[in-house]
Amino acid sequence: MKDYLIFLWRCARLSFRGNWKYYTWMFILTAIALLGLNAYTKQLVAGLVTTGMTDQVSWGLYIANFTYLVGVAAAAVMLVIPVYIYKNRELHDLVILGELLAVAAIIMCLLFVTVDLGRPDRFIHLLLRFNFPISMLTWDVLVLNGYLVLNLHICGYLIYCAYHKRQPSKIFYIPFVFLAIGWAITIHTVTAFLYSGLGGRPFWNSAVIAPRFIASAFAAGPAIIILTLQIIRHATQYPVADAALHLLRRIVTVALSINMFLLGSEVFTEFYTGSAHSVSARYLFVGLHGHHALVPWIWSAIFLNTGALFVLLTPLSRRLWILNLACAAMIVGIWIEKGMGLIVPAFIPSPLGEIVEYTPTANEILVCLGIWAFGLLLYTIFVRITVPVLQGHLTADSDSTDIPQQVDAS
Amino acid sequence: MRLPVVKNQESVHSSASSCGDGCTCSGGANPYTGSTRPGMTRRSFLRRGAAVTGGLAALAASLSPLRDLDGDDIPSVQKFLQKHYKEMSGEEMEEALARIRKEVEKRYDVRPDIRDFKPMDGVEFVYGLNLSRCIGCRKCVHACVAENNQSRDPEIQYIRVLEMPRGSVDIEDGDHSYDRATVPDENHYYMPIQCHQCANPPCVKVCPVEATWQEDDGITVIDYDWCIGCRYCEAACPYWARRFNFAKPTLPKADLNPNMAYLSNRPREKGVMEKCHFCLQRTRQGRLPACLEVCPTGARKFGNILDPQSEVSQILKTKRVFVLKADVGTLPRFFYYFDERDPISDIPLEASSEHAGESA
Ligand code: SF4
Ligand code: SF4
Repeated sequence: MKDYLIFLWRCARLSFRGNWKYYTWMFILTAIALLGLNAYTKQLVAGLVTTGMTDQVSWGLYIANFTYLVGVAAAAVMLVIPVYIYKNRELHDLVILGELLAVAAIIMCLLFVTVDLGRPDRFIHLLLRFNFPISMLTWDVLVLNGYLVLNLHICGYLIYCAYHKRQPSKIFYIPFVFLAIGWAITIHTVTAFLYSGLGGRPFWNSAVIAPRFIASAFAAGPAIIILTLQIIRHATQYPVADAALHLLRRIVTVALSINMFLLGSEVFTEFYTGSAHSVSARYLFVGLHGHHALVPWIWSAIFLNTGALFVLLTPLSRRLWILNLACAAMIVGIWIEKGMGLIVPAFIPSPLGEIVEYTPTANEILVCLGIWAFGLLLYTIFVRITVPVLQGHLTADSDSTDIPQQVDAS
Repeated sequence: MRLPVVKNQESVHSSASSCGDGCTCSGGANPYTGSTRPGMTRRSFLRRGAAVTGGLAALAASLSPLRDLDGDDIPSVQKFLQKHYKEMSGEEMEEALARIRKEVEKRYDVRPDIRDFKPMDGVEFVYGLNLSRCIGCRKCVHACVAENNQSRDPEIQYIRVLEMPRGSVDIEDGDHSYDRATVPDENHYYMPIQCHQCANPPCVKVCPVEATWQEDDGITVIDYDWCIGCRYCEAACPYWARRFNFAKPTLPKADLNPNMAYLSNRPREKGVMEKCHFCLQRTRQGRLPACLEVCPTGARKFGNILDPQSEVSQILKTKRVFVLKADVGTLPRFFYYFDERDPISDIPLEASSEHAGESA
């Protein structure tokens, strides 16, 4: 126990060391996170009027970000599956970085749900009276927390073993890894059911939502991982093989193609049928009765995603910088598609046919940025600790002075 | 001395303004050696001090809006420990009512008559709306606001009246913001919509904490002290019947209706959901809903469907009625009809004017 506390203590110490780049990065993130905190306290005082949400559009940016990040968290398994099921070597040492990303993403998800609550002071009610198994939101809270614990266990155990230079014993983590693979699919499916189970919202009430969620998550998630791995490779001496990046590129390509296919099927069904059910879709893609706030968003998303897909399907994307561009484009594209393109239009027009548009307020955007900054801060710290441990620089018998300066972000 | 050291380190990083490459301070520092730490120069100590102060100040500044937090927003111990409505014993309910009484008195200078009315045996309420009669005057909308202590600014209304072009029953065609000096307009008819008290309510299904449920008399209620304000129910309702308190509700003291019930019109707080509850503080005592009483044309009919003699039962038997969005399977207890007789039915139609205002 004491040993473990020392370990934690040394991790905490380590996360505060680095070169000036590291400090600048952390300083900026901390500043944004504090601005977000400030915006949130304003929201706490005044209520959710500080957001752009209304009775008509009762969910906005918070839930959009939440949905997106559930996908990012779920996508960590796209690193795990090749390693543990197909015994891929390249990705083996990177799995932990993916799982840590999942941990940070889930923490951000939970924060986004919390800031969306009107009465966060009653959070405890979620534990006292569970509407289980009827409410999909209860399911979601359960699976998200379960996934968090699972990933914390796997990462924590592997890192702690490396710290002690012990060979991790398989029964302590392999079963959990397989559980986590299944669980990752679950978290995103349940999140999709949250929306698709509502009969009163025809835009969501479609069976294709869950598969589309998974496909877009498995495109955006690994895209984020591709970029992150390169940043880590650049900032630390941690070896990341190009082969691993290209394996991820193939995963992204397949997932993005499926996503675009599903989107196409949806658009076809909505527009060809032309039934009253397609009003939200019409509002989203072409505008309705002179209201078209979302039209530029969805078309830029489609443009970014098709552009990315086009690049990924050609040999061009073998070049890393082009691959990176494509990844960045689809990370943004899918964010828009899932946020502005999936959450908001379901509320427009309202069930009574009223058109009230939604524009997020500055305060709301600040809260979102704050949570993103906090999540990045967490992830940076995770990586900062993990890399020296995995490389054997920080172990139980090493003194912290041994850690070479080069490990610090440089 | 150990604690301050720890603190120093943390805050250096929260503001991250010192300790660059050349800094030796954290190098071989051992937390257990106390104050004589190697490599801790006077200069770096001062820098840390400044950083700590800066970091703490930044944190304090970002939390500063909390100073304006309303006293009412911080739950008292009693309120925090208050159980879910269905779990409260009689005594506990009395305590809760006493607490609410005190709070209302403090805020509105009126001693309210607040009680917890239970559903009556053998009663299931339904509401009928005669579209031939409604003239779109919106009197029901305002009577509801006055009766149920809704927030006046921003004003929360449970009833929405749509102005419908003749020849359409598609609510997509309705105008929500019609503003006419004289209603009714001859080219339109009017369709008021409020909570339909569905027999298969999606709003109840989705609530993660069971803060909303259907009672035995068919009314779906909300425990305002239990709702966490996630607004999932609002997204689930196909009739847009739910309203959320995005801001702290404001209600002038003089406008408070002191006759209230725990599950219905007691004053709400910010961050919770509310909606029409068929005026249960009235109807569970045999009175009629406020919206019905105020209606100048008798377009509104309310009663017990389990009683075959009640007016609503008669209307359901003799008129051709319809419900909104029957396809979503919510089984509303709120139906619409037009004022003509069903030629197939043999049952003679009683003049509805005689019965206007008849109670359950
Ligand atoms: S109308 Fe809406 S709020 Fe009322 S019971 Fe039905 S689903 Fe619930
Ligand atoms: S807003 Fe309140 S009543 Fe509605 S689902 Fe959430 S907790 Fe339940």
